[in-house]
Amino acid sequence: MTVDTTAGALAPEPGGEASVAELLTPHARRFGGWADAPGVLGWISTIDHKRVGRRFIGTAFGFFVAGGVLAGLMRLQLSRPDSSLIGPDLYNQLFTVHGTSMMFVFAVPMMQAMAVYFVPLMVGARNIAFPRLIAYAYWVYLFGGLMLYSALVLNIGPDAGWFSYTPLAGPQYGVGKRSDFWAQLITFTEVSGLLVAVSVITTVFKLRAPGMTLNRMPLFVWALLVTSFMVVFALPSVMMVSTSLILDRLVGTHFFNPAEGGDALLWQHLFWFFGHPEVYMIFLPGLGFVSMIVPTFARRPVFGYVAIVLSLIATAFLAFGLWVHHMFATNVPELGKSFFTAASMVIAIPTATQLFCWIATLWTGRIVLRTPLLFVLGFFFILVLGGLTGIMLAAVPLDLQLHDTFFVVAHLHYVLIGGAVFPLFGAFYYWFPKVTGRMLDETLGRWNFWLFFVGFNVAFFPMHILGLQGMPRRVYTYAADTGWGPLNLVASLGAVVVVASVLVFVVNVARSCRMGVHAGANPWHASTLEWATDSPPPPGNFHPPLAVARREPLWERAGVSGFVEGLANDPPEALVTTLLDALPHHRLAFPTPTIWPLLAAIATSVLFISSIFTPWAVVWGSIPVAITLIAWFWPSRSETRKHVRLERVS
Amino acid sequence: MTSDARIVDTNRPVAVDASWLPNHAFGHHSLMWWGTVGVMAIEGMAFALAVLMYVYVWTRLDAWPPDVLPPDLHFGTLNLAILVASLVPNAYAKRAAERYDLHGVRIGMSVCLVFGVAFIAVRALEFTALNVSWDTNAYGSAVYLLLGLHTTHLVTDVMDTAVLAVLMFTGPLEKSRFVDVSENALYWYFVVAAWVPIYVVIYWLPRWL
Repeated sequence: MTVDTTAGALAPEPGGEASVAELLTPHARRFGGWADAPGVLGWISTIDHKRVGRRFIGTAFGFFVAGGVLAGLMRLQLSRPDSSLIGPDLYNQLFTVHGTSMMFVFAVPMMQAMAVYFVPLMVGARNIAFPRLIAYAYWVYLFGGLMLYSALVLNIGPDAGWFSYTPLAGPQYGVGKRSDFWAQLITFTEVSGLLVAVSVITTVFKLRAPGMTLNRMPLFVWALLVTSFMVVFALPSVMMVSTSLILDRLVGTHFFNPAEGGDALLWQHLFWFFGHPEVYMIFLPGLGFVSMIVPTFARRPVFGYVAIVLSLIATAFLAFGLWVHHMFATNVPELGKSFFTAASMVIAIPTATQLFCWIATLWTGRIVLRTPLLFVLGFFFILVLGGLTGIMLAAVPLDLQLHDTFFVVAHLHYVLIGGAVFPLFGAFYYWFPKVTGRMLDETLGRWNFWLFFVGFNVAFFPMHILGLQGMPRRVYTYAADTGWGPLNLVASLGAVVVVASVLVFVVNVARSCRMGVHAGANPWHASTLEWATDSPPPPGNFHPPLAVARREPLWERAGVSGFVEGLANDPPEALVTTLLDALPHHRLAFPTPTIWPLLAAIATSVLFISSIFTPWAVVWGSIPVAITLIAWFWPSRSETRKHVRLERVS
Repeated sequence: MTSDARIVDTNRPVAVDASWLPNHAFGHHSLMWWGTVGVMAIEGMAFALAVLMYVYVWTRLDAWPPDVLPPDLHFGTLNLAILVASLVPNAYAKRAAERYDLHGVRIGMSVCLVFGVAFIAVRALEFTALNVSWDTNAYGSAVYLLLGLHTTHLVTDVMDTAVLAVLMFTGPLEKSRFVDVSENALYWYFVVAAWVPIYVVIYWLPRWL
């Protein structure tokens, strides 16, 4: 035990501390190692989960708007028959990039971004676990999304649909580099998504405030914990399959080439083994938002906490047993299909359980109807409709009839927009005051909600009928004598209303950032820990960190049992607690801000994008990646000195 | 901190005095362990899916292996032996780390690196003895995917170990670096353990199926 662990370290220089202190801004002096450097350097090197989370949310919203613009162009094209505004080639790119954008660079990253911002606050942590990885994950994600849109702008965007089926996307039919951009976008977003998932799991398991047993975690934290586990087990599948696709296209492997023993259905199995759980990765965080908003605006703890947690877990398990219901139109064995029909129906049970828990909470509460709750009520309505068409599509004979029609388009938008985007907008209204310190305007909020709710239904409900009438999805136009013109026009008018609604939201955010009513720490008088710190929370979140003794710490007497003393601010120290009972275990010095995650992300992006053009990029491109990662890892002498000073062995 | 004073009374009792707690921990108490296990779960899933792809290709073919000889056994088996043998210095380094024995860590990691160079060299030879290329047929593609995936892990694991070993010689050091050594050894176990089923799939399934 007497080994000198400071081998090679310099002795502390006398007077070194004082000279450093003189350089610090008052901000940095107050928050110690939690604070970022001022200016541009601080901006690019920050590893504060709130700053990274905020830009993550902002970027994901940007891609939501971009994907929405593409949808608007498609609705414009389809608003009348025989339209020649957009040709088939551009239309293929539009629906592919729209779907890819919404699924891979908006929905999953947005939900994870909300986790990056809010999970640490809700569990009382001072930062997210592995904050440098989170910074890296953000940059990788940003560069991937920009690559996708750059390809589209250059008219070489992917054009084989968001699930990029082979052989259409394979080397024989997918000419040029279009599907390669798609495959590498997957690599970008999945690297990012997997890193965020591991960080969230670790944060939830090890950085909870002392006293916050698993049984006292907020339901949003539960939802994101379960989602993160789904990410860990589902995303490798799409990474493998997109890698196989690019190998087929780039170096002539035969995974999906039936002439040489490959099989196009292998693509579908692997894609949907990821793709179906992905729907639930988007949906479960939505349920998490609802479970936070409902109790606050019903002014009572949620009814059926344990039932909701178990439902989340059950949903996650079942979600991995549904993927073949996307393949009912293929030659998989009929007996197998009936199992997947059954599983698709069973998954309605945990979802319904949660729905009834929320209804019971609202029924027995004192409802305060504000915009966040309005979006939740809209979610109930739309999700139930989407769930009903889901049960219809789970039946093989009906699915065969409706496969690849607008009925499916209607269904998936009811489920995804109803199940995820409505709760997400509710969440924006609910937590905006925490992030910015100001309230969003309630009147504009109601306009936002009603325009969205009405516009959405006008846009998507007619698609059910169009699908039943036989209109296939992904057609760039249709003849006038099909009679599909009027309903398509109605759908396009609905889309205009949705656009207006999102514009109202953007105006609301822009106005409220500058002129909104000051929120204070807890404007909704909610019960969970994120409301126990300032709005916006300071670097390091809680000064001092809190200990909790109840599930609703801010509502119950002695819910916050006290605070944690004896943690340094420089180096930034946090308390690590045990997995089940959140008993204090050890102190941990967090890493400090650094520019290396950004540089590593740039090196990674160069590797990924170059490998679209030459397989050798994987070899030479990995050298800068290795260099940046090593530089990132290598500890600085000054940091190490600070750590050694506080060192203590159990 | 003025606005939250209403909710959080900072005059409350001290619930936890953290100053007496250690500043690092080994095993599942450390964040590093969870990070490593998370990566292992992700990559284990990727390995499992690659095996699944291989088996799927098998179900689609009549002749097996299709029109080629199975991979030669000698290099793959030799590598299995080397990888299993590397568990000894790896376990030694892990134990040394957990008792803060810097000298032992340096020895253990250095020996591990020698093994690492050996199995990467033998791996290069393995690629020459597969009797199939990635572009011959889907079977060849699946074999190369499996072996390529595992090779990526070998190379990155050896590089991680090399960087950490250099740090353990040059510093700057603190006690929590021993946690890194311990978790690095855990990951080494994973890379070795992954090879056993992959070895069986690549070298024996073409003979058995």
